[in-house]
Amino acid sequence: MHELSIALSILELVEEQAELQGGRVAAVHLKLGRLSGVVKEALVSAYEMVREGTPLAQTELVIEEVPLVAHCPVCVADHPLPSVQQLGCPVCGDLTAQIISGRELEVYALEIES
Amino acid sequence: MSANTRLVQIRQHVLKRNDVAARALRARFHEAGTYVVSLVSSPGAGKTAFLEKVLGSLRDRYRVAALVGDLATDNDAQRLARAQVAVKQIVTGTVCHLEAEMIASALEGWHLEELDFLFIENVGNLVCPATFDLGEDLRLVLFSVTEGEDKPLKYPTIFNTADVALITKMDMAVAAEFNAPAAHRSIQSVRPGMEVFEVSAKSGQGMEEWLNFLQSRRSTGRSDSASP
Repeated sequence: MHELSIALSILELVEEQAELQGGRVAAVHLKLGRLSGVVKEALVSAYEMVREGTPLAQTELVIEEVPLVAHCPVCVADHPLPSVQQLGCPVCGDLTAQIISGRELEVYALEIES
Repeated sequence: MSANTRLVQIRQHVLKRNDVAARALRARFHEAGTYVVSLVSSPGAGKTAFLEKVLGSLRDRYRVAALVGDLATDNDAQRLARAQVAVKQIVTGTVCHLEAEMIASALEGWHLEELDFLFIENVGNLVCPATFDLGEDLRLVLFSVTEGEDKPLKYPTIFNTADVALITKMDMAVAAEFNAPAAHRSIQSVRPGMEVFEVSAKSGQGMEEWLNFLQSRRSTGRSDSASP
């Protein structure tokens, strides 16, 4: 259940940013990659629990799931990967394909009421 | 979004604080010349038995030490201390993984420049430790022949974040009807190109090959030890 640690980190990060930006944070937008190691449902539950009694008690967590994409140096192309269990190039099978998207665990925006 | 609401892009990694702490550790380790290896596995895969053998083998030629994460006991640290090297327990309480700041606190008072190798045994867990960088040079993921050849497919994230896989308890492979080619296929599927060693801490199988690899990594591997 490391989602609890993750939720606390989100809270800490957003409170810090809210102070810098000024105003009430209505929503937090999070990018979550399929290979981030974080389970969306567990994170939502943990977040709803830790926000209680904080200035972010009414702040919504909006999660955008990011699909897996690999760059294959043989095809010289980016390919979406069909599964987290198949991380080589899905077209030519090359083993050196680099994952360029899908590891995200990033607060990318805040909705702030002024 | 209502009219008086503005969207402010901040683009911050959620675990920024851990990443900053891990980067600081990595810089300290490099400065001191300490090669740092972390171990992750499910509970019971044989991390402690393996590490006990590794520490015992390296101790005559290198200055070695270990940090051991455990939820509640210091049993593993006591076992590792039998190898007569410096060992420190990190009791994590209810926390299911180690974080970089826990490593930094555990190292307070240690002189890293007096260490050639530092091993960090994570809490037995194949899920949570995946997300937390500890500043290590090499992350090992271990799984034993009794766990099923498809273990990597069930935990792709941790296998994908590790550098090397070790298949442990090879002395039991026949009894467990272990299918080695299937296990290797599973590993390569979630971490294409991954280096794999088949070992047994009990019989010594594969240990020399693994130790040679580790020592060559220490002398040459520094250049590709960048943060994941």
